[in-house]
Amino acid sequence: MSAPATPWLLEVRHLRKSFPIRRGFNRKLVGAVRAVDDVSFTIREGETLGLVGESGCGKTTTARCILRALAPTSGEILFRPAGGRVVDLAPLSRAELRPLRPQIQMIFQDPFGSLNPRMTIFENVGEPLLVNGLRDRRARLARVAALLELTGLRPEYMHRFPHAFSGGQRQRIGIARALATEPRLVVADEPVSALDVSVQAQVLNLLLELQARLHLTFLFVAHDLAVVKHVSDRVAVMYVGQIVELATTEAIFAQPRHPYTAALLRAVPVPDPHAASGDVALTGEVANPANPPSGCYFRPRCPFTTQVCRTEPPLLRELGAGRLVRCHRAEELTLAGV
Amino acid sequence: MTTPVLEVKDLRVHFFLDEGVVRAVDGVSFDVRPGQVVGIVGESGCGKSVTMKAILQIVEPPGRIVAGQILFRQDAAPAVDLARLSPKGTAMRAIRGAEIALIPQEPMAAFSPVHTVGDQITEALRLHERQWRGAGPRLSRREARGMTVDLLRSVGISMPEARVDAYSWQLSGGLRQRAMIAMALSCRPRLLIADEPTTAIDVTTQAQILNLLRDLQRRHDTAIVFITHDLGVIAQMAHHVVVMYLGRVMEQGSVADIFHAPKHPYTRALLRSIPSVHATPRTLLPTIAGSIPHPLGRPRGCPFHPRCPDAIPGVCTERVPALKPVGREQRASCFLYHRDEAAER
Repeated sequence: MSAPATPWLLEVRHLRKSFPIRRGFNRKLVGAVRAVDDVSFTIREGETLGLVGESGCGKTTTARCILRALAPTSGEILFRPAGGRVVDLAPLSRAELRPLRPQIQMIFQDPFGSLNPRMTIFENVGEPLLVNGLRDRRARLARVAALLELTGLRPEYMHRFPHAFSGGQRQRIGIARALATEPRLVVADEPVSALDVSVQAQVLNLLLELQARLHLTFLFVAHDLAVVKHVSDRVAVMYVGQIVELATTEAIFAQPRHPYTAALLRAVPVPDPHAASGDVALTGEVANPANPPSGCYFRPRCPFTTQVCRTEPPLLRELGAGRLVRCHRAEELTLAGV
Repeated sequence: MTTPVLEVKDLRVHFFLDEGVVRAVDGVSFDVRPGQVVGIVGESGCGKSVTMKAILQIVEPPGRIVAGQILFRQDAAPAVDLARLSPKGTAMRAIRGAEIALIPQEPMAAFSPVHTVGDQITEALRLHERQWRGAGPRLSRREARGMTVDLLRSVGISMPEARVDAYSWQLSGGLRQRAMIAMALSCRPRLLIADEPTTAIDVTTQAQILNLLRDLQRRHDTAIVFITHDLGVIAQMAHHVVVMYLGRVMEQGSVADIFHAPKHPYTRALLRSIPSVHATPRTLLPTIAGSIPHPLGRPRGCPFHPRCPDAIPGVCTERVPALKPVGREQRASCFLYHRDEAAER
């Protein structure tokens, strides 16, 4: 785990992203989906921050804003480039972003859709190098070979096409491509959810090993709590576009302070037939981000609702060292962890 | 012991492609007893979904059932071998959807988007009327609609009177899967096949759907074949577990045996490699070496031997182990437990 003294690499402040809802012939604006609604967090150098939540909670939109694949509606995305001054990525133009792109890379979810099937592995992995000015083919070949070796693949196979590889191998190729430009920050969006169990463990281990070797910083987006626990130093839980709890991995799993975190932990089916199960963690379904409920967004599903939860939206506040919780009743509730 | 409602015996389903023959299911046997939940678990390409399709006789060409029996028993009547029935024949059509119902993985794709959910359930009720109701006056549209509303209510859909006229795309993922369960249960099936029913659903909704299925199963004492890749879901749902790999059964036994005393090296390795919410953060996971072979590049001998840490050279590489008892209810296909057989020849 990184010491608290390590400087942060990325600081997200009050990030918002809303998508307009348009209807009718004139495409009249009728509302907005607040996909990311005031999200703030920092990631320290060499650390992994896990971002978890159910579908539609805004975790992928947050990741895409940081990569500037999307333009945020408002907020700041402060990034510390190698040896440079801190820059806010949020307002930058495409041209201004270009020199920074090599430092922030992405690992995608789908190992089948994320590689160009008409390009060989050498071309797929070498493309970011070419784009960033490594024109010498020989140098590129050497670099791609080293990258493939780094991710546990045989360099001899680099002139084959993606279809010749299994899902796990393709995900390794995707990781090699993400590492080609020696990024400081790697955003991994559900990197193992499309893989089989027996292969998933290999890829998770690879990510942990690469991080130790290359001093990488990860933003790890996933819906699977067990997977997140295996790789993260700290975990942020999102619900309907907001962070509801952020704490160290140990703390959040052992003693959740937000009812949603606790419910999420309880809902995970444990691979043990004797494990207690059957108590339905939550009723109802995730709120609609285009029309969220008044007060706390989690209120309609929360078993601990009081009057204040109906009227006052809770703020994300500090509760002990480095722990943030968005709940009016966080202090008084005793919630079970795992 | 009660007579099984379903007996699958040495089932083989092969796909005849231009590139060669894919033996998707290659000698699978298991029983399902009334009121029992049998979980079939395995990774992609293990043949779990093809097994399900064979039972319903919906294997698409170029796939074909090439050998084996699928014996299905209805009350006192003699067992019918589904593998012998014509997929489009009257007998199979009377069974499919009525006696054996399916909960598919993607309720979005399974419902027609241009008919209301209620109409589709009503259609099933009226189509299979003779099977679940016996002889008598025909079911009127109105009665069927009333029953559909009751069915929707029984699977926990609020405001069923309004939801009955909704289209599937107007419902959320959880509601859509509930409606699918209502349709599957509409004709009171003897056997329910649930094919990854919660894979496309979020974890908090998944907990609700699993609870509903467990509750309905107990109430109606329905036999269920529950197919999934998620060992956590299997542990919570099944009484009996069948572990498949590359078209073969590696091990089967009671849920306690499989999770607490697994015998086959594949089952053991699989259980160890699952990330757990109880694990220490940032620790390496035990892994299974290699990856699942290409369906056309099936290894000789035991399909798992190239990845198996305990493979016996000259034995596992050459011959296919049979599924044999390793405990009271537990069976494994592995030469480690059948040394005598391994020593033969």
